[in-house]
This record gives sequence, structure tokens and C-alpha cells, in this order.
Amino acid sequence: MKVIRPASGLVLGGLSALLLVALLCALMIGATGFGPGALWTNPHSEAARANWLVISQIRAPRAVLALLTGAALAASGAVMQGMFRNPLADPGLTGVSSGAALGAALVIVLGNAGTGAGLVAHWAVPAGGIAGALASTVVLYLFASRGRASSPTLIILAGVALSAFSGALTGILVFRANDTALRDLTFWTMGSLSGAAWPQIAVLLPVLLPAALIMARIAGGLNVLLLGDEDAALTGCPVERTRRLAMFCVALACGPIVSFVGVIGFVGVVVPHFVRLVSGPDHRVLLPASALLGAALLLVADTLARIIAIPSDVPVGVVTAAIGAPVFVWLLARSQQTDRLS
Amino acid sequence: MMLDMQHVAFGANGRFLLDDVSLSVARGEVVVIIGPNGAGKSTLLRLAAGLVAPVSGRVLLGGHDLATLSDARKAGLRAMLAQNSPAHARFTVRELAAMGGLHAGRACSASALAAHVHAALELVGLLPMAERDITSLSGGERQRAHYARVLVQLRAAAGNGLLLLDEPVSAQDLARQGLVLNVARAHARQGGACLMVLHDLNWATCVADRIVVLRNGRIEADGRPEQIVSATLLRDVFGLETEHVPVHARTGRPFVVPHDIVGHDFSEQYGE
Repeated sequence: MKVIRPASGLVLGGLSALLLVALLCALMIGATGFGPGALWTNPHSEAARANWLVISQIRAPRAVLALLTGAALAASGAVMQGMFRNPLADPGLTGVSSGAALGAALVIVLGNAGTGAGLVAHWAVPAGGIAGALASTVVLYLFASRGRASSPTLIILAGVALSAFSGALTGILVFRANDTALRDLTFWTMGSLSGAAWPQIAVLLPVLLPAALIMARIAGGLNVLLLGDEDAALTGCPVERTRRLAMFCVALACGPIVSFVGVIGFVGVVVPHFVRLVSGPDHRVLLPASALLGAALLLVADTLARIIAIPSDVPVGVVTAAIGAPVFVWLLARSQQTDRLS
Repeated sequence: MMLDMQHVAFGANGRFLLDDVSLSVARGEVVVIIGPNGAGKSTLLRLAAGLVAPVSGRVLLGGHDLATLSDARKAGLRAMLAQNSPAHARFTVRELAAMGGLHAGRACSASALAAHVHAALELVGLLPMAERDITSLSGGERQRAHYARVLVQLRAAAGNGLLLLDEPVSAQDLARQGLVLNVARAHARQGGACLMVLHDLNWATCVADRIVVLRNGRIEADGRPEQIVSATLLRDVFGLETEHVPVHARTGRPFVVPHDIVGHDFSEQYGE
């Protein structure tokens, strides 16, 4: 059938506008709600100062963290689906998230860094996350490349085993943890943005930026990887290097995110799928569009999470699972029929 | 010499697939490889493309040892149409053809690439289907869409590279078989070269400047069609009795008709 695709500029522009609206909503909606005018009508009043404090210290860092988390998870999911030629692949499936979780948990329990303060404490847990994510991908890669070249199926099977293993080690850590660390761990396995603060953003930006640059660089290579390893190599794509770079940027994007917000599922599977329906499988559009839609989606999900049980704060992982799990099952049923990235 | 394979051997799992194969393709030339199933024809193409490295011997492409060239560099010097390419994603025909330009990067501008894609799709007769989703195409249409991609790949570079085709007409109807082979010939005549595997001997004799006969991983014969195609050789290599016209009145090339296709007991020949 004939395919009609909107221009990539239109897709990216539309998603940017959507993201902007989602961002404004996230800033304005909450336990104390106010319109955009509230800050300007009487800027020196007591109420305006209070509102400004709520926005700048509580909602803004949380919104930015939600935005970065959604963007990183969705783009990582798209990268993995491309490199594994599997519409269901995401950082969770390949053991990257659970590796990051283990690395971060190790730091929390052994170093008890969650209770510390200052720059070192802010960097220690995410560094553990990056190290864990990288370690998983390296183990995965070594395992998969023992043969002549790493096959997609092998990598995913190895990822399942790796995931279970990291999960087991994290489970042991939970029982070794003291009370403070245990509270950090439980809070964090739920997948929540409620701990958001500006220093986390300062840690994330310099890590996510290179990840985004690598993704931009390998986007064309990911396209031809969808033709199969041989056709990709024939087209001039350095297959193994592209796959290694893909693993590296996914680890870089997911490691620190998982260490700050815990495991948030389904964003990486669901978002790229919907983007493909509109703009097609070209990664040069798919990756930025997934990042934008993922950011908008997580902003909306977190805004919902903050208001559905006021004054309590529902973990955003619960909301994304509630939305994502049914979509995932639907995708699963579909992929058995087609086995294609649609 | 465009392609120069020198005493190449290749094996897998302790079995030799190719043994001491020397083969060259000159600029402007169309060389057709024929041989029974399992003779090593596809392996030979994969070696010529640099997809696999020989166990011994050397493969030179445009004077460079293939082993020393980067993937992107190789992509500008040769392109290969594989026997079957799966469709993992719903790219359009136009998007698929444009992937041929990947190796050129910024050296080939977006407008130049679009022009190459347009020209290639027109050549293979897919321009009316340019916006179709490749997963919705027939096998023959998809094979030609990949053919367009392969042509774009060479044109995004100097445009005179080596075209490697593995059974390029396997999914085509009779008219499109001629179309595909004519495009390959035109590419060779315009300064490129082509090495392809064909099963149809009559297409082979029509399109080839030289025919190479491969059997059990060795080159059995190599020469002009009229030198190569003989009843004796076909009996030796394919185990098939043939009626053989040395010079067909219309094409000036040899023409082969297998004997006794109807009612012939093939199991005898293949020992099944």
C-alpha cells in the first residue's frame, strides 16, 4: 500500500509543541494549582513568591527530570529495537536497566551515599548506574561476539539471563541493607521522580549530551542494519562498530537515569512504536521524534501521578505500567503475526 | 583489472567451499558464473564483495587488497545484490533505494542522492511504486527495489564500480529478467563491470562477455560463451543431456535446450 508520511520537520515541530504544552501543564498543575498569570499579576505579593518557590524548587526540576527520563528511555528503546531488529527490545530486555540498577544499588548499600551530601554524593550513585549499565553491555557483547559476529537473538537471550542475574544480586543487597539504604532502595525500585532536584539535572546533562550525539551519528547505520548484517556491511556500514556504539550510548543514557528514578518500564517500547506509525522507521527522524514524544508522555504521566492521589505521590512507574502494559501485550500479539518494525 | 581474485581458497566447518580459484573481471566486462547448486557460486561473490576473507590467496578490487579497505570505501567500489534480503521494517521503496547513499555521507548531497534514487527507480521500473511500503511488495518487486538500492550505492560514488549480482532474475517474470540484465550490461558498458550468478544458460550466453563454470569449488572452465557452452561440458558439469545450437540465428550466441525434460527421470542423475 502507498505510504503517506508527513515531512520530518512537521513531525518534529508538532512533537516539540506537544512537549511545550506538557511542560507548562506540569509546572502549573499540582496540589496548589495556578494559571500562568499568577506569577505576573502581582509579582511581589506573598502568594506569588510562594508560587515561584514551588515552581523553581519543586516542580521545575521534577519536570526537567521527567522530560530527560522520557527522552532517554524512549530514544534508547528505539536504538535497541533497531540494532536488534526486534520491535520489543528495550533497555530492560537487554539487561541494561537491571545492570544500572545493580550498580546504583551497590553504591547505595555499600557506600550509603544516598544520605551523603555534596557533589560526590550526587555523582556516586549515577556513576554506579553508568558502570552497571556499561558492565552489562560489555558482558553481553563479550558473550555475543564469542562467535564470529553477535546475532540479535543471542544478545536478547543473553540479556534475559543477565537481567535475572543482576536482579538476584540486587535482591541480596536489599537484605543486606540498613534501614536508610532500604528506604532509598524501595523508593527507587518503584520508579519515581519525587526525589528530583537541580543537582541531578546538572549530573544528567553532561552525560546525556554525548549519548545524543552518538545516536545522531549512528542513525543512518541503524537504518541499514534493518536490512540484515550482510546487506548493512555491503552498504558500507561498519556493523560491529555501529552495534558497539549503540550499546554504549544506551548505557550512557540509561545508567544515570535508572540510578535517579529507578526502573520505569514500557516507555522504551511503546513510544517508538507510535512514532513509527506516523513517521516511518527512518532512525534519523525516529530517534529525535521518540525522544520528544517520550519526554511529553512522561511529563503527562508524572503530572497524573502527582494529582491522582493528592496529597500522596504515586510513583510514575505505576502510571507508565498501567498505560504501557496493555499496549505492550497488544504489540506482542501483533509482532507474532508480522515480526516487523511497523 | 577491476576485480582480481588470486588463488583464493575458502572453507567453513573443515570443508573447502572454494579451492584455488583465480578469476578476474576487467572494466566494461560482464562475467557470468554458472554451476550446479552448492558449487560455491554465492561464496565466490561474497569473497569478491569482501563480506568474507579468503583462507588463502588475495582479492584485489581496483588494485587494492580488499582486506585493507574500510567498509565505506568498499561500498563505493562495489555493490552486491544478495539472493534474498528480508524486509524487517516498513521503509518505502524510495527510502530503501536512498539507503544506497549511506557510505557517501556528505560527499553526496541530498539533492544529488534524490536524483540518483529517481534515476535508479526509473531504470528498474519501480518509479510508480516509489511510495509503496516494501513489506507490501511482491518478491520480484522487492528484488528490484534492492537492485535500485545497489545501483544508487555505486552512483553515489564514482558510478563505475563493480556490480555483483547473485541470481538477480530469480524472482522476475520473463520481461523483467531482460530488464534487470540489460541494466547490468549498460552499467558495464558505461565504465563499470559486472560479475553475476545466473542459472539460465540462455540468459548467460546472451548477457555474458565471459562465462565461468564453477563445480565443487573449482573453476572448470572460463571463456567466451561460444567457447564454453558445449554439450560435453553441460553433461560433465550438470549431468544433463542437451540439444545445443552453437550459434543462434537471432542472438549470434549459443542456445541450449535440455533433452527429454518431459518424462525424464531426474532421480537417476542425482542419485536420489
